[in-house]
Amino acid sequence: MTAIVSERADAQAQGKAALRLSPAVVSWLQATPLALILGAFLALPILMITVVSFWDYDFAQMHPAFVATNYLETLGSWVTWRTYFNTLKYAAIVWAITLFVGFWVAYFLAFHVRTSTMQMVLFLVCTVPFLTSNIIRMISWIPVLGRNGLVNGTLIEAGLISTPIEWLLYSDFAVVLAMVHLYTLFMVTPIFNTLMRIDRALIEAARDAGATGAQILTNVVIPLAKPGMAIGTIFVVTLVMADFSTVQVMSGGQSASVALMMKNQMSLLQYPAAAANAVVLLVLVLLMVAGILRIVDIRKEL
Amino acid sequence: MNREARTREFYVLAIFFALFVVFLYGPLSAIVILSFQGPNGGLTFPLNGVSLHWFGNLFEKQAVGDFGGSFRRSMTLGIMVMAVTVLVSLLAGLAFRRRFLGATPLFYLAVASLVVPSIIISLGIGVLFQQLGLDPAWYSSAFGAHLTWTLPFGVLIMLAVFNRFSPAYEEAARDLGASSWQTFAHVVLPMIAPSLIGVGLFGFTLSYDEFARTLMTAGTFNTLPLEIYGMTTNVTTPVLYALGTVTTVFSLAVIGGALGAIAMLNRSRARG
Repeated sequence: MTAIVSERADAQAQGKAALRLSPAVVSWLQATPLALILGAFLALPILMITVVSFWDYDFAQMHPAFVATNYLETLGSWVTWRTYFNTLKYAAIVWAITLFVGFWVAYFLAFHVRTSTMQMVLFLVCTVPFLTSNIIRMISWIPVLGRNGLVNGTLIEAGLISTPIEWLLYSDFAVVLAMVHLYTLFMVTPIFNTLMRIDRALIEAARDAGATGAQILTNVVIPLAKPGMAIGTIFVVTLVMADFSTVQVMSGGQSASVALMMKNQMSLLQYPAAAANAVVLLVLVLLMVAGILRIVDIRKEL
Repeated sequence: MNREARTREFYVLAIFFALFVVFLYGPLSAIVILSFQGPNGGLTFPLNGVSLHWFGNLFEKQAVGDFGGSFRRSMTLGIMVMAVTVLVSLLAGLAFRRRFLGATPLFYLAVASLVVPSIIISLGIGVLFQQLGLDPAWYSSAFGAHLTWTLPFGVLIMLAVFNRFSPAYEEAARDLGASSWQTFAHVVLPMIAPSLIGVGLFGFTLSYDEFARTLMTAGTFNTLPLEIYGMTTNVTTPVLYALGTVTTVFSLAVIGGALGAIAMLNRSRARG
């Protein structure tokens, strides 16, 4: 009986072998949809932006041309430089805070929560807000930080201050706070992932060799967590560099970021100017990512 | 390590973690509470009575633009993005299991898709459609724009899944005489089904909440996040919070449903 079945299977396999495609062709076919979609909606649009950034424009439309004025105007204005500096400042501050908070949250989950069920539950508690609307999460700070908001109300009630603190909302403070709120999860997840992969025997060994808790942390855990920190950094830095909505809503229009500048140019139909800005921003972001990728091989960390 | 007494480090970090959770959920709960504001209440505490007034307000068209229509569009778009993300990520994940010419550039293209600022993609697709003489719409240009955000997540998740997937199962199936389709359908697919649900969840929720990429690509009709974004500047009543509460509850229901499905699949696999 088994002999018959296996014979039949052999015959089938031989019959099909003639029709079977080579593995490389199968892989290509499987990868084609991804390549087509990213080609059409990522590569082509970026190419288009690069081309348009050299075009000329007037108040109504743009004309194909090859002029450098868009770049000269962008890079020659010191408003641009201030805006870039401001965006980089947000990126640096938010990066430092999310790295600090993200590391300790991930460290607590990975090393102090004892059962894996509890680990999963607490991890989900951290992840769920990421899957809800960013705008709603941003707006939700308004009743908390506003002039008559919760924080000011509580402080006045407690007699600590007599007039509301004005800089809580519509300020750089509010922008950074909201960004930390939105983006810390992007730091927690990759760091948690690398921490979970650290062989616990290494920590036992360090302890047996007489290392203190702080020494284990700085000499064993943190070096091994670096790839996770690098991936988290890529996420946070690129998200902050691309942000316009948080800056617009939380600063109340008082601060600027590169993406917000682009958005304003777009609403004035100055597409070539926005495109030149986009190219500069893209080059800057890709250079930053390339720098970080020198430290970490993403494919190994998956 | 398990039976050791809790150290002081544990308590310090536990408090830190608890504060982090309060930080994550605190503001959100503030708008949920404020959405039940009485009809004469404002945008801040205290509550001026408790009512469902602002939820009722949502369904009056003139009050908040086109809430129903934008919700339907976001919902349809989310489902479209979810379906394509799951299918394309799965295929790409399978492709990357073998070496093939162009695998590395394609991988880096996917990573680039993740790091390119969303507003640049929005602008690029908007200008591209304009130059091609096509009208941007939520089901064409915005659909593509969303895929550039959901696909890299899907592909990276599938790569991680297949990195941990032992080929021994497939070899066993083949030794038992299964065809490659049978091996895929009866062995591989059931094992990776929970991850596929996860990819689908990402695809749907990221699209449902996305708006930077939709900004220049939605065309005439707004999606829900664009509608909400517009409301932040010109709506000064708690109807904004009511809308926030409704969409958040909807998101939570979707997440809950997906997690439930994953748990069920894992349980039936553990049993069988």
